[in-house]
Amino acid sequence: MSARKRTPTHETPGAGAEAGARGERVEPARAARDLRRRPVPVIFERGAPGRTGYSLPASDVPDVPLDAIVPPAYRRAQPAALPEVSELDVVRHYTALSHRNFSVDEGFYPLGSCTMKYNPKINEDAARQPGFARLHPYAPEELVQGALQLLWELERDMAEITGMDRVTFQPAAGAHGELTALLMISRYFEEKGERRTTVVVPDSAHGTNPASAALAGYKVVEVPSDRRGNIDLEALRAVLTPDVAVLMFTNPNTLGLFEEQITEVARAVHNVGAQLYLDGANCNAILGITRPGDQGFDALHLNLHKTFTTPHGGGGPGAGAVGVKAHLVPYLPVPTVERDGQRFLLDGDRPKSIGKVRAFYGNFGNLVRAYTYLRTMGAAGLREAAEIAVLNANYLLSRLREHYDLPYDRVCKHEFVLSGRRQRDRYRVTTKDMAKRLLDYGFHAPTIYFPLIVEEAIMIEPTETESLQTLDAFAEAMIAIAREAEADPELVRTAPHETPVGRLDEVTAARKPNLRWRPET
Amino acid sequence: MYPKDLRYSKEHEWARTEGNRVRVGITKFAADRLSDVVYVELPQVGAEVSFMQPFGVVESVKAVSDLYAPVSGRVAEINRALVEKPELINTDPYGEAWMIVVEPRDLAELDRLMDAAAYAAMVGEATS
Repeated sequence: MSARKRTPTHETPGAGAEAGARGERVEPARAARDLRRRPVPVIFERGAPGRTGYSLPASDVPDVPLDAIVPPAYRRAQPAALPEVSELDVVRHYTALSHRNFSVDEGFYPLGSCTMKYNPKINEDAARQPGFARLHPYAPEELVQGALQLLWELERDMAEITGMDRVTFQPAAGAHGELTALLMISRYFEEKGERRTTVVVPDSAHGTNPASAALAGYKVVEVPSDRRGNIDLEALRAVLTPDVAVLMFTNPNTLGLFEEQITEVARAVHNVGAQLYLDGANCNAILGITRPGDQGFDALHLNLHKTFTTPHGGGGPGAGAVGVKAHLVPYLPVPTVERDGQRFLLDGDRPKSIGKVRAFYGNFGNLVRAYTYLRTMGAAGLREAAEIAVLNANYLLSRLREHYDLPYDRVCKHEFVLSGRRQRDRYRVTTKDMAKRLLDYGFHAPTIYFPLIVEEAIMIEPTETESLQTLDAFAEAMIAIAREAEADPELVRTAPHETPVGRLDEVTAARKPNLRWRPET
Repeated sequence: MYPKDLRYSKEHEWARTEGNRVRVGITKFAADRLSDVVYVELPQVGAEVSFMQPFGVVESVKAVSDLYAPVSGRVAEINRALVEKPELINTDPYGEAWMIVVEPRDLAELDRLMDAAAYAAMVGEATS
């Protein structure tokens, strides 16, 4: 493998050069594209010495010499090298960067297992009500009754949707929720005087499952899937011993398939005294149709930023609610929200609790958004959302199945997994190449190379918020790319051609990360 | 593609007997499937490894994978140069990209691995 050119991220690597040789194909958008590919300077390169974004009146309090209040040893000798910019410089800089981003507000985003559904703007209206947005987390209970009532009602709603007894909203993301639930289960077994060392995960699990189990101090044992894409029940029974604390299970699983033997799985897990945990990242397909609590799950997490339309936030503030059955309730993080007659209160006096897992009550603004979503949809609306999510996935599956390999051929739930094996073996065009080419057609790429049990995996989750026209346009792009892979593989191998930045050098980025801008000296 | 003097595991490690020691790496098939390798984690010299249990980690731009020991024993050497230059796995998987040398407890374990023909047949199946 020959070394590739190192490409600092603040430049536009290879812009123009790779597309030039095939000018006739990409001609129409060239001028606009060249403009889009112009490098955005870093904020430090904008502005000028002395420029500011404020104008303050003269101080009306006496000057105090710095020496009098901060000993020289603690003061910097040189001023910090901060950007010196006006408000307009700042606005233009970040607006320019945002134009190079891709979001669900801009286009279709079929990223499998991520449920990139539209986030309704009414959620934002609700979360920005000053009564919610300007609350101080230390405000006394009597002044935040509305916020506490919202948390209390949201907990009941989520418990009803999932068939759980109580729910905590402290965890800030799905994986955080997994860890929280595992810590609660550890405490539960500790209290029962049982020493269990092992967590079982299927080979189709999200990578967060074994990671959370390892972080919680467990040994991880993997169980294979069978030919229909279900967990292999015999292999599962073989590893279920009294050492097993939890089976972390995803249903529908990451192949987008409903685990047909869920009842037998639950029985087998409970027969050895272990707990059954649902990775609820894939709950969009089951809202109002089936409840994990009724399937035998003891605990679960929900990604409010997937199923319940709160923003994903670029890996930032999500919400990974955790629901548990009654036997795990004593171990919930503190505080819980309780009701006493007409009053709502925070209960921090829970001696068996695992403690706090997040400052205050989780990402409250996102909880307001999820609550708003539930209230605008209603029970019937949630069920309809799940039905259309499943219908949309099956529609896309039926349109694409001839053009790509389909390793597990079943009616799918919210998502499905194709394979780019055919294109790789016949035309030396990989799934990654085709995903990059999709960007030229104006779509975000699906999840690729996951789940690991599918070679050259292409995992597509359309969600219910996309129209038939959008689904058709996406299907046509995927079909066109399959044809390009055959007729003009080089075009696909060198994609994307139309994006602000061309093919990034991931290898150098991983081997020799260059994360910091430095001024030219 | 698959040298005849090596033994192969179903997890795509190779094992080469060198006197009373065994040198270990991963196959060209595995390297190709991983695509560009960006990181390798190897055990300490002196660590014990067990037959078909994880002894390290290899990470490519596509995925992170466990490395499985094709023989049990004590780690006598590790390839420190490989940690610095993981791309060797893509260019010279049977040579410079060796990973560890094991002082085996039981050389008979190697009989449970595949020869080159059986391994080629297995990955041939996997590619169809």
